[in-house]
Amino acid sequence: MNTLLGIVYQLFESLLAVLIAPLLLGWVDQCRAWLQNRTGAGVLQPYRVLRKLLHKDAVIAGNTSWLFRAAPYVKFGCMWLAVGMVPLTTTNLPYSAAADVIALVGVFALARMVLALAAMDTGTAFGSLGARREMLIAFLAEPALLMVFFTASLISQTTSLTGIVETLLDKDFALLLYPSLTFACVAFIMVSLAENARIPIDNPATHLELTMIHEAMVLEYSARHLALIEWARAIKLLAYIGIGIALFMPYGIAETGDWESLPLALLIALAKLGVAGSALALVESVTAKLRIFRAPEFLGTAFLLAVIGMLIHFLLET
Amino acid sequence: MLPLDLVNVVVAAWLAIGAAGLLVYKSPTTITHVLFPLGALGGLIMAGTAAWSLQQTPDVVILPLGIPDLPFHLRLDALSAFFLMLLGAAVAGVSLFGAGYFRRLEGVALGLLCLQYHVFLAGMTLVMLADDAYLFMVAWETMALSSYFLVTTDHAVPEIRKAGFLYLLLAHIGAVAVLMSFGVLHGGDGDYTFATLRQTALDPFWSSVVFVLALVGFGAKAGWVPLHVWLPEAHPAAPSPVSALMSGVMLKTAVYGLLRVVFDLLGQPLWWWGVVLLSVGLLTALFGAVFAAAQTDMKRLLAYSSIENMGVIAAGLGLALVFSHYGITTLAALAFIAALFHCLNHALFKSLLFCVTGSVLHATGERNLGKLGGLIKFMPWVAGFGLIGALALAGLPPLNGFASEWLLLQAFLLTPGLPQSYLNMFIPVATGVIALTVALSAYVMVKFFGVIFLGQAREAKLRQARDAALIERAGLAWLALACVLLGLAPALIVAPLDTVAAAVLQAQIGAEDLSGGLLFLTPLAPERASYSAPFFFLVIVGVLITSYFFIRHIYHGRSRLDTPWDCGFAPPTPRMQDTAEGFGQPIHQIFEPFFRIRRELPSPFDAAPRYHKTSEDRAWYALYLPIARATEQVTGLVARLHHGRIALYLLYSFVTLLVLLVFAR
Repeated sequence: MNTLLGIVYQLFESLLAVLIAPLLLGWVDQCRAWLQNRTGAGVLQPYRVLRKLLHKDAVIAGNTSWLFRAAPYVKFGCMWLAVGMVPLTTTNLPYSAAADVIALVGVFALARMVLALAAMDTGTAFGSLGARREMLIAFLAEPALLMVFFTASLISQTTSLTGIVETLLDKDFALLLYPSLTFACVAFIMVSLAENARIPIDNPATHLELTMIHEAMVLEYSARHLALIEWARAIKLLAYIGIGIALFMPYGIAETGDWESLPLALLIALAKLGVAGSALALVESVTAKLRIFRAPEFLGTAFLLAVIGMLIHFLLET
Repeated sequence: MLPLDLVNVVVAAWLAIGAAGLLVYKSPTTITHVLFPLGALGGLIMAGTAAWSLQQTPDVVILPLGIPDLPFHLRLDALSAFFLMLLGAAVAGVSLFGAGYFRRLEGVALGLLCLQYHVFLAGMTLVMLADDAYLFMVAWETMALSSYFLVTTDHAVPEIRKAGFLYLLLAHIGAVAVLMSFGVLHGGDGDYTFATLRQTALDPFWSSVVFVLALVGFGAKAGWVPLHVWLPEAHPAAPSPVSALMSGVMLKTAVYGLLRVVFDLLGQPLWWWGVVLLSVGLLTALFGAVFAAAQTDMKRLLAYSSIENMGVIAAGLGLALVFSHYGITTLAALAFIAALFHCLNHALFKSLLFCVTGSVLHATGERNLGKLGGLIKFMPWVAGFGLIGALALAGLPPLNGFASEWLLLQAFLLTPGLPQSYLNMFIPVATGVIALTVALSAYVMVKFFGVIFLGQAREAKLRQARDAALIERAGLAWLALACVLLGLAPALIVAPLDTVAAAVLQAQIGAEDLSGGLLFLTPLAPERASYSAPFFFLVIVGVLITSYFFIRHIYHGRSRLDTPWDCGFAPPTPRMQDTAEGFGQPIHQIFEPFFRIRRELPSPFDAAPRYHKTSEDRAWYALYLPIARATEQVTGLVARLHHGRIALYLLYSFVTLLVLLVFAR
C-alpha cells in the first residue's frame, strides 16, 4: 500500500516540479528586478514566454540533421527524469532507487552532451564555440560536484539521495554538527552556479557574442524547440536547488509519505525554493561575470573546498 | 565436448583460416567473402563457449606440442573465460567489419594479411589459455610479432615503418620484463607450470621484485605512463580493424597477464603495490584524457583515449589490491568487478569507434579532423553507430561505459576508514581525478563526433562520401548492440563477474545483493546505492515521445528551413566552424604543464604574419631521448674497442685470460 502510494506520489511530485519550475525562474528574475530597482515582468513571465514560443513556427537551420531536432526533447526528458529522482517533499519515493547522486550527474551530463552535439550540428561559429565552452565548464565542474557528493555521502555511507536525507533527518541540525557539510555546501553552491549557467560563470540574460556560453549553444533554436530547452533549464535549476536542500537542509521533508504530512512538507519545500531563488538573485546581483579562463580558478576553488570538507570529516568527525 | 576443447577447435580453425588465406592469395574475394566471415563466426562461438564456461569448474588440457618434454599446458578458468568472452565478442564484430573493409583496401597482399590477422587472434587466445610460463611467453611473442607485421601492413610509408619499430622495441622491453618476472617467481626447480608457481612462497622483497617486473612488462603492453609512447604511433599506422583489435583486445591481454601474475600466482599483496598501481593508473588516465582532447588526427585521438581507459582500469585494479591487502573483501571484489567490466566495455566501444574511423577513412581518404565534417548527412549509418560508441565512451547513461564507471566510483566512494590515514585521504582525491578524466572524455567525444560528423563539410570532396557496405554495417551493429545491451542490463555481466572475483580474489560482492535482477544494479546493498538503466531509458524515451506528440497535438509542428541565423552575421561558411585545434586550445591553456609547447608568434609589425605551434609529449624529452643518447654514447665507447686489427683482439683475449687467472687462482 505504501509503495503504491509512493509511486503515485512520485509521479505527482515530478509533474508538480516540472510545472512549477518556470515559476521558480520567474521568481528569480523578479527578485533580481527588485534588487535592481526595476518593476520586473512578474513571476509568471516565463509561462508567457513558453506559450509564445510554442505558438510560433520553428525556423530550423537548413544544414542540420535529425540530431538538432531531437536534442531538445532528449534534454527535456533527462531533466524530467532528474527532477523526479530528487526528494523535494518526501523520501517515500520508490523509484528514487533507480538513480543515486552519481547517476544524477550522469543524466545531467547526457543532456549536456546531446545539446553540445546539437550545437555543433548547426555548423556555425557560435554553435561550436558554445559547445566547446560548455564542455569546458562541465569537465571542470564535474569533479568538484562529485567531491561534494562524496563528502555528503561519507556521513550517511550511501550515495542514494533519499538515504542521505533520511540519515540527516535522524540527526538534529546537521549543518552545525558537521563542519564538513558547511564546506561542501559552499562548494556545491559554486558548482551549481556554474552548472546552471548563472553569473559569475555565464550570464543567462546576455547575448553579447563573446561572453555567452549556454546561449551560444542554443542560438539557432526557435519556437517549440527553444521552449523545451528553456523549460528544461528551469527544471534543471529546480533539480539542483532540490539536491542542495536534500544534502544540506533537509528539515521539513516528510519521511513517512502519507497524505497528512504532505501538505506541510510541500509548503516547507516551496518556502525553501523561494528563499534559495532569492538568494540566487542576490548572488547574481552582487557579482560580476568572470572571464572564461578564470572559470578554472573558480571551480578549482570549489573542488578544494569540497576536499577540505572531506579532510575535516576524516580529522574531526570520525 | 568440454568448453576448452571447443575453444581449442576455434584456435585451430583460425590458424587454418590463416593458412587458407595464404593458399588462395590470388583470390581476394574468397578471402574477404568467405574467410573473414568464418573467422567472425569463430569469434562468436568463442564468446558463447567462454560465457557458458564462466560458471564451470576449470578445465585443464596438456597438448604434446612444442619442445619434447615441455608440453603446452592449457587451462580454462573463470578469469580466462571472461577475457576469452571479451576477445570473442570483439572479434566477431571486427572480423565482420574487416570482411567489408579489406575488400576496399588497395595495394595490400591480402593473403598475407589474412594469415597475420588470424595468427594474431590465435596468439591472443593462447595467452589467455596458457597454464605454464613457457607457453605464455611463446603466445605472447606470437601476438607481439604478428601484430607488428599487421601494424606495418602499409610498410611503404616511412612513418609507418618507424611506428612499427617503436612498437616492436617496447613490446620486447615488456616481454623481457615479463620473462624475468616469471624467472624470479619460479624459485628454482625448473618447473614453470602455473600450478607450481602458485605454490612458490617468496619473501616480501622477491615478491615485490616480481610485482615491479610484471608491472613494467605488462605496463609496456597496456600503455601505462611512461611506457605509452608506442600506442599513439602504432594505432594510427595499422589498418582500422587491426587498430580495433589492438586497442580493444590486445591491451586487455596485458591486464589479463597482470591479473594472472599478481592476483593469482603471487598471493597476498603488499599494501604499496595497490598504491603504485592506483597512482600509475590515475596518472595514465589523466594524461591520456588530456592528450586525447588535444589531438587533431582521429585515430591518434582514439589511441590516447585508449591510454586513458587503460589508466582507469589500472586504477580500479590498484584499488582492488589495496582493499584486498586490508582484508576489505567486498569492496575489493567491487573494484575488481568494475575494472573487468570496464575492460569489456572498452573492448566493445573502442573497437566500434576504430571501425567507424575506418569507414570514414575509406569514404573520404582523410584522417585529419580538420578536413572532415558534416558526414552525418552522407554516412547516416556509420554516424549513428559512431554516436552510440561516442556516448558509451563518454560514460553517459544508459550505455555501458556509464555502468562500469558508476561501479568504479561506487568502489571509490564507499571507501570505509582504511587503517592508513594517508590512504584515507589519497583515495578521495583519486576519486576526483577519475571524475575529471570521465568528464574530459565527454569533452573528447564531443570533439570527435562533432568535428567528424556534424556541422558543414570542411572539404568539397566529402559530399561524395558513401555509407559503409552492408557487411561493415553488420559488424558495427553487433558492437553497438553489445554496448547498448550491456548498458541496459549490466547485471547480465556483473553476476558472472562475481564468480570471477570469487575465483581470483576469494571475495564476492555477494549473489544475494545482486537480487535487483536485470532491472536494478545494486552492487552492495539497496540502501547504499543502486542504479537502473532500463528505468532511465524508459523515462527519457517516454517523456520524449509524450512531449513530442503533446506539442504537435495541442500546438502544431510547423517548421521551415532557412540558413542559420548565427547572430545575424554573414552566412556561415565551413571555415567558420571550430576546428580540432580550436577544440584543443582550452586544453592547451589549462593543462599547459602536461605538454611541451613551442609557439612562434608573429610580431605586430610582420608583413606576412605567421603563427606556428607544436605541442609534444614530455615523456620523449624527459625519458626516451636521454636513454637513446646514453645508449649511443655507450655504444660509441664500445666501438672504440673495435679497431678491426687481429693483433688487438688477441691482446684483449690475453688480458682477459690473465685477469681470470688472477681471480680464479
